[in-house]
Amino acid sequence: MGSGDRGVRRWVPWLFLAPNLAIIAVFSLLPVLVNVMYSVTGSDNLWPSERPFVGFENFSTLLECGNYFDPATCSRDLFWRAVGNAIVFVPTQVAVMIGFALVTAIALNRNIRARGFFRGVFFFPVMLSPVVVAMTWLWVLQRDGALNGVLGALGFEQVTWLTDPSRAFRWSVFVTVWAHMGFYTIILLAGLQSIPADIYEAAKMDRASPWRVFTRITLPMLKPVLLVVFILAVIRSVQTFDEIYVLTGGGPGTATKMIVHYIFDTGFAVMPRNYGLAAAASLILGAALFVFTALQMRLSRGGGNA
Amino acid sequence: MTGRRPACAIARACRFALGLTASIAIAVAHAQEISVQHIHADERAAAVKFMKENPGTKIDFRVVSFQSLLESLPVQLASGEGPDISMVADWGGLSRYYLDIRPYLTAAQAAYFEREFGPILAPMRGGDTKSNAIYGMAGAVTLNGAFVNLTLFRQAHVELPPPGATWDDWAAAARKVAKATHTEMPMEMDRSAHRFASLALSYGAQLVDDQGRFVVDEGLKTAVAKFVGWHRDGTMPMDLWGAVGGTTHLDRFSDFMNGKVVFYFGGSWSLFLMDKTVGDNFDWKVVDAPCGTAGCVVMPGGGAMVGFRHTKHPRLVARYLAFLAREDNMREALARHANIPAAATIVKTGAQYPNDSERVRAALAAFTRQMPNVPERAYAFQGWRFQRAALNALTTRISQILTNELDIDTALAFVKKDVDLAIRASSY
Repeated sequence: MGSGDRGVRRWVPWLFLAPNLAIIAVFSLLPVLVNVMYSVTGSDNLWPSERPFVGFENFSTLLECGNYFDPATCSRDLFWRAVGNAIVFVPTQVAVMIGFALVTAIALNRNIRARGFFRGVFFFPVMLSPVVVAMTWLWVLQRDGALNGVLGALGFEQVTWLTDPSRAFRWSVFVTVWAHMGFYTIILLAGLQSIPADIYEAAKMDRASPWRVFTRITLPMLKPVLLVVFILAVIRSVQTFDEIYVLTGGGPGTATKMIVHYIFDTGFAVMPRNYGLAAAASLILGAALFVFTALQMRLSRGGGNA
Repeated sequence: MTGRRPACAIARACRFALGLTASIAIAVAHAQEISVQHIHADERAAAVKFMKENPGTKIDFRVVSFQSLLESLPVQLASGEGPDISMVADWGGLSRYYLDIRPYLTAAQAAYFEREFGPILAPMRGGDTKSNAIYGMAGAVTLNGAFVNLTLFRQAHVELPPPGATWDDWAAAARKVAKATHTEMPMEMDRSAHRFASLALSYGAQLVDDQGRFVVDEGLKTAVAKFVGWHRDGTMPMDLWGAVGGTTHLDRFSDFMNGKVVFYFGGSWSLFLMDKTVGDNFDWKVVDAPCGTAGCVVMPGGGAMVGFRHTKHPRLVARYLAFLAREDNMREALARHANIPAAATIVKTGAQYPNDSERVRAALAAFTRQMPNVPERAYAFQGWRFQRAALNALTTRISQILTNELDIDTALAFVKKDVDLAIRASSY
């Protein structure tokens, strides 16, 4: 093989990758750079040329805090309240969602009656627009909604599902789990189906208990898929916005306000727009997600299974 | 020979068509076209009338949502795009994009604008007290106002508080009526700091000072304390201000239309819906503004029509706005939408609403009666460039008080901080 052939071979993969890389550059890398530019400039002007350089002022405004455990002492308390909510919301929502998705996937992997129908049922909410999901649940949960209607008909007192902060938070977790669980169920189901059946048959011959089969075969074999599901679920959970925005608007008070909601409010919903502060908040969020994902990948590689 | 005749005819037809196309193209090139956007489709009638009166001009009329005025228009204007003329709800917030039409008006026209729209022209200048710019007009305004269910008052045998009654009087009366009639809620107010501003101004809140800074004073504290108290004692439900967070606008006017609330503080824009939906199901009326210690104030609002600096046809923009400001055109627009007049002459002489019911006319008369009582500071707040920032902060922070996240003093300190940050962010 001549050196010319080797040169061509080296460039061919790049040639095929080029269109995709160009799309990523324009729609992913460029926005990140633009975001960085907005985060270090000030004013409510949209045009970059009309925005003066302010250094790290937006970051210091966001991070200025007397006591991080008491948002009321922070300059931008709403950001820290959103961070505090996310610290509770993300682990809760991810744990509940992956737990339910795994149980559902295992059930749907068995030879049950109407298995195809149930697979469709569990996947159905994923196909709905988040706004439709939120509007539907709002219709169920508001004061004169369907749920209170049923309770009233059964002789019970009406419950304020969305005006009590802790109830509203729990419903936010439930609605987002309901809306997204189907997606992770499908991924886990595919993972379960890729586990060779002969391993289960061998375990059966060894009279292994179902729990032992689950903990010693299913879970370890599913670990790479679970890692993907976990990372996707965490990223999606941190980015939660639409459903909660429509359902509670981040309230009552700030009980369900999430970080992306804060970014949206700051950059687009209030006048005058504070694009710089919103960009700084989104970069902090992006950096936190990047660190978390890298750490997770490293830890799982350390386990030798990813 | 016979074959040449059709050929000649075709050639003549082609020449004629070419000539016609060319002259149309020239005419189109000379015709001036501007785009006008509004939230009401039937405002197209004004555009059509203008084009009829001004041959050679073209108005590209676009209907947009109210949300688009609040969220999309500022972004369009910031990027140098957007219509030539638009309805704006944030009168002073976008003033830096407005076109001053004074240079394109005759002296008599400018004097007419000042005479008819005096209190509105100032807020459109966004707090620039030195400016004498004429940015646009508003033939109609909306006013905050209180709707009362008269049938419930009658059933409860409770006297309607007389004009001049305070917010406390109304709260007490509404509680009595709700208790006697087993009505779910005595009082409700839209989750909108604009509505809350009426209460605050009535208790003496200044809201914005001469230097364009947000003011936290005793008036504002008193109003917030009263408002929170009404939520704590059940006079107002948590479903509006206590149910959602952030800047979300929420109304439950449907509660009033379904007879579930005795007293609803909303706005004049609900009149048409009210009349259409409730009909004769129960008696209702719009009452005079409830009073505080500093007056009986309702906030003005609604849409003003303004031109933008980026237009290529400033003369035509000025001509169209002057056309909209003509008394006959304003009267036609008022009749179309059952609105409260804003122009001084029509406020004085009264508007006719031939298409509306007696109830709506009475309610409009009640609203119009309050127009002269709208104080200067209400207009000043309405036109303040950072009004939207203050409204957003008030809505968010009052909800935080209701859910016990903040006490009143801390919450109001945050409102001040939020508005100061907004001012600083836009002052580079």
